[in-house]
Amino acid sequence: MKRGLAGYVAVAACAVFFALLPFTLSDYHRGIAAQVALYLIAILGLNVLVGYTGQISIGHSAFMAIGGYTTALMSHYHHTNLVATLPLAFAITFVCGVLLGLPALRLSGVYLALATFALAVSVPQLPLKFSKFTGGSAGISANRIVGNTWLYEVAWSAAAVAFVFTWLLLRGRIGRAFRAVRDSEVAATSSGVTLAIYKTLAFGVSAALAGVAGSLFVLATNGFAQPNEFSVTLSLKILIGAAVAGLGSLWGVVIGAAFIALLPTISASAPLIGSTHGQDVVFGAFVILVMLLLPNGVAGLLLRLSRLRARA
Amino acid sequence: MALLSLQNATLRFGGIVALDDVSLAVEAGTIAGLIGPNGAGKTTAFNVITRLYRLESGDVVFDGRSILRTPPSRIIRAGIARTFQNVELFPTMTVLENVLVGAHTTSLFEREESVRRRALETIDFVGITHVAGRRAAGLPFGTLKRVELARALVSRPRLLLLDEPAGGLNHEEVEELAIFILRLRDDLKLTVLLVEHHMNLVMRVSDHVHVLNFGRTIASGVPAEVQRNPRVIEAYLGGELEASA
Repeated sequence: MKRGLAGYVAVAACAVFFALLPFTLSDYHRGIAAQVALYLIAILGLNVLVGYTGQISIGHSAFMAIGGYTTALMSHYHHTNLVATLPLAFAITFVCGVLLGLPALRLSGVYLALATFALAVSVPQLPLKFSKFTGGSAGISANRIVGNTWLYEVAWSAAAVAFVFTWLLLRGRIGRAFRAVRDSEVAATSSGVTLAIYKTLAFGVSAALAGVAGSLFVLATNGFAQPNEFSVTLSLKILIGAAVAGLGSLWGVVIGAAFIALLPTISASAPLIGSTHGQDVVFGAFVILVMLLLPNGVAGLLLRLSRLRARA
Repeated sequence: MALLSLQNATLRFGGIVALDDVSLAVEAGTIAGLIGPNGAGKTTAFNVITRLYRLESGDVVFDGRSILRTPPSRIIRAGIARTFQNVELFPTMTVLENVLVGAHTTSLFEREESVRRRALETIDFVGITHVAGRRAAGLPFGTLKRVELARALVSRPRLLLLDEPAGGLNHEEVEELAIFILRLRDDLKLTVLLVEHHMNLVMRVSDHVHVLNFGRTIASGVPAEVQRNPRVIEAYLGGELEASA
């Protein structure tokens, strides 16, 4: 019970912090902070899949692409309100996630990784195929460019909604079924958990959150959706963020998102190796370092700290 | 009327006949023992009943209906819960969470607090309240067996399949287990099918004993009858049954 209360306090403190933060930031930094929020949503989604049901995906950039193109196309052709495209992206990518989840039922481990990799590689090719409609490799833009303050507010509101949604989903019966599937398929089945339902549900929810993140991703790049923005590297980035945050727990997601959103920018200005190429080296080195020092991510660290405090 | 019956059940793995035309019946409200030497097909029978294995021929009838078309995850809804020989738990989840998963099918429209209360009551019933908040991984084997038992019981089954519940228990613990299994029948009105190597336990609690050897039924009857059966004595190399009788 005490841990539950600490959780509420932590979430409330985070909410207040992120609500007040834009007043102290420059316009440029508000844009960066909005990116943290969109990565947070993507990491939440990937965590549902990888952390809670134990299915791997390196295809989430494809779902982000679908969400991003949903926003750009709807705005471009139908002048849909940009905020209204977020739930739309959620719904469309949810369906896509479920559809991918069905064949994924027969795959696990490396084979699932390869199948989702194939998705990540092939989906960004689709806009090239239908270039009349999607603008091809040049991309397509939303009907307006949003400012960083707008972006910050919308992205962090969406992140808050996504966090509460995920938390509510995972805290009870469904979350337990997810984890049961991850821990033992035989025991889950004989306890009455239908693997097919929960595995595809996890795929759907996970993809839906990636879709919303993709929408915001497009809005954050001047409302421009372009195929090569959604490469498999983006998937890996989110996977790294999820691992840094800690798989199977929600309490590290902010740090995981900050890690992948801010580190490239920070390391670009690092002394000696700070350059466009150097920043990848610094990023890689940090990833290895974090994996070695925090095998269960930030969430694992928080858990260890709370156990230490409980003992003291 | 028999609550559960296997009718001419046959299942082969490659060249090995795991179940060879086995027929057995478990009467409602009784404890049935299923015994036999290693590899006799006891656990295979459990896996057939819970639909983890598919029969080649024959039928499994529960409560008057064939369950061969029931998917494995619906078996527990039909009223059959089981434990596993080598324990199949959710290692990263707490004992309480493990038991809560057992309530998955009976908690769809139930409030979380009410499900938790029910799970805690069941945990108390099997006597492991002191570890309810601990992760399953790392707990002693005997405790894990009880977690499984609680997870099975919380689903409010009509038939409980116990796969070697006495595994790893010492003499006093087996005595406790015997009393516990009798309580399942007498207090909870459960029907129990018990696979066990511990002869004392089986002979003491069972109303009926079914003996398999190399996938075939070699004897079936009340414990005293089965113990005297020459084919059973031969299958157990003579010694063990008499020594424990």
